[in-house]
Amino acid sequence: MDLLQFARGPALTWAFAIFVFGMTWRLVGILLLKRRPDYSEPRNTASWTGAIKLIITRSWPHREFRKRTIFGLSVGYIFHIGLAIVVFGFAPHIMFIRSLTGLDWPNLPNAVIYISGAITIAALIIVMGRRLTNPVMRLISNFDDYFSWFVTITPVVTGMLAVAHLGARYETLLAIHILSIALLLVWFPFGKLMHSALIFISRGTTGALFERKGASI
Amino acid sequence: MNEPDTLGASLTRSGVSRRSFLKFCTAMASLMALPPSAAYAMADALNRAQRQSVIWLSFQECTGCVESLTRSFDPTLEQMIFEMISLDYQETLQAASGEAAELARKQAMKSSYGKYVLIVDGSIPTKDGGVYSTIAGISNYDMLVETAKGAAAIVAVGTCSAYGGIPHANPNPTGAVAVSDIIKDKPIMNVPGCPPIPSVIAGVLAYFVTYGKLPELDHIGRPKVFFADTIHDRCYRRPFYDQGKFAKTFDDEGARNGWCLYELGCKGPTTYNACATIKWNGGISFPIESGHGCLGCSEPNFWDKGSFYQPLPTPLADNAPVIAAATLGGIAVGTVAAVVSRKHQADISTKEEK
Repeated sequence: MDLLQFARGPALTWAFAIFVFGMTWRLVGILLLKRRPDYSEPRNTASWTGAIKLIITRSWPHREFRKRTIFGLSVGYIFHIGLAIVVFGFAPHIMFIRSLTGLDWPNLPNAVIYISGAITIAALIIVMGRRLTNPVMRLISNFDDYFSWFVTITPVVTGMLAVAHLGARYETLLAIHILSIALLLVWFPFGKLMHSALIFISRGTTGALFERKGASI
Repeated sequence: MNEPDTLGASLTRSGVSRRSFLKFCTAMASLMALPPSAAYAMADALNRAQRQSVIWLSFQECTGCVESLTRSFDPTLEQMIFEMISLDYQETLQAASGEAAELARKQAMKSSYGKYVLIVDGSIPTKDGGVYSTIAGISNYDMLVETAKGAAAIVAVGTCSAYGGIPHANPNPTGAVAVSDIIKDKPIMNVPGCPPIPSVIAGVLAYFVTYGKLPELDHIGRPKVFFADTIHDRCYRRPFYDQGKFAKTFDDEGARNGWCLYELGCKGPTTYNACATIKWNGGISFPIESGHGCLGCSEPNFWDKGSFYQPLPTPLADNAPVIAAATLGGIAVGTVAAVVSRKHQADISTKEEK
């Protein structure tokens, strides 16, 4: 078994198993938690509208914080959008997802993917630079932050190298790229990358509570 | 067949002109990316050289490699075996049979001991004492070991002899192995392919006759001059890959427009061979040009690397059962965690009430 066979075979199988197990474990564990009984009379009964509203409004900075947060927010948006374009727009990635789910959609031109990938890498380097140079950010950062950054940027970098055939043979680069995705999947449910799912649960819960109490969202 | 005769004399007798001979040498030198002066060196060496004695052993194989060689155009098979080399033993092509054939092998081994080139196609079964393939009552294993002793070099032609090939594929019932798994003390060159390109076989033989040694090999024993680039690197459909234009089926608009076959499982990006440059049948075309993706036949274990029609980036295993089991496991553990947490919350509430 060569490295590519290992990456496409046992490595991916284990990564999928750990990812799915971790995700369902954490999500079910959180969703089944006991809620504190609220005996107050609700101002609004359809609390789910508040949940959706807050998920949207909190994705945008409040006017009073805008000046202070705009840089971090913009760079964050850039690499998130860049990642989405690369993950869901690149033909080989669509093939990968289709082989797992059966879902299919048209791919973007490769030039768009390459540019998005380069911008994503640059934005991720900027956010890490900011984390390392800002004293407050450095103080509140732990291993989880650095490792989550590492497992996010590695697949993008290895993917770009594989596409460009840079540094090693294509099959080696492709194997390393797939292994880096396996590492991302394994880490995903247990680190801060879990925010991609929990952000909606936490904001939704807060929004629903606000709506019930009649607070402005 | 084994004449103590120079190649030059043999060619002159056969009516081959100096011009044709130089043309052949130039083509061979150019094929192997040698400098222009190498063509004259090759012509000079070949002119003075005795016809290279070659013993060709066919083991666990389908004869596709020899079939491929019979489609050699430049030189043709006849040119090669009658003018360039002295093919002293080859079961498919030789007239002799039975004991006479075996005698020819023994004689060639004796008269050219230490000088002959041993070509092998087919893998060697090793399970149960190698009983699964025998010639004249001799197992392939024993025949290889015996014949390899006096060889100057061994050329493993075809993926079966180079890496085990299809007989080596899972579950490998005969315990098939490659030549290099058995012979460790001789220079071995692998010319893989299922089958290999005939010009490549001819090219490496011409190189050996000229320089008396094997050309530079890569990390799995293949001549770099022919196996340095991937099919994908030299593919005429590569621009479509770069643009992200892929055929989705073998008869869609993309296929008709000649778009990249990556999505249809083409293994060109991970396959090192010269199909896209030298091509087949006298340079007419190669599989991708005929509309089918590369199978990756010149790579080790190509038969066990998933379906030929499965795109390269997709997982090899069927992960659905594993994902289903992991989902159920996650739900179970998550539920237990929630129950424990609820109990913990309830205990805290009871304590607070007290």
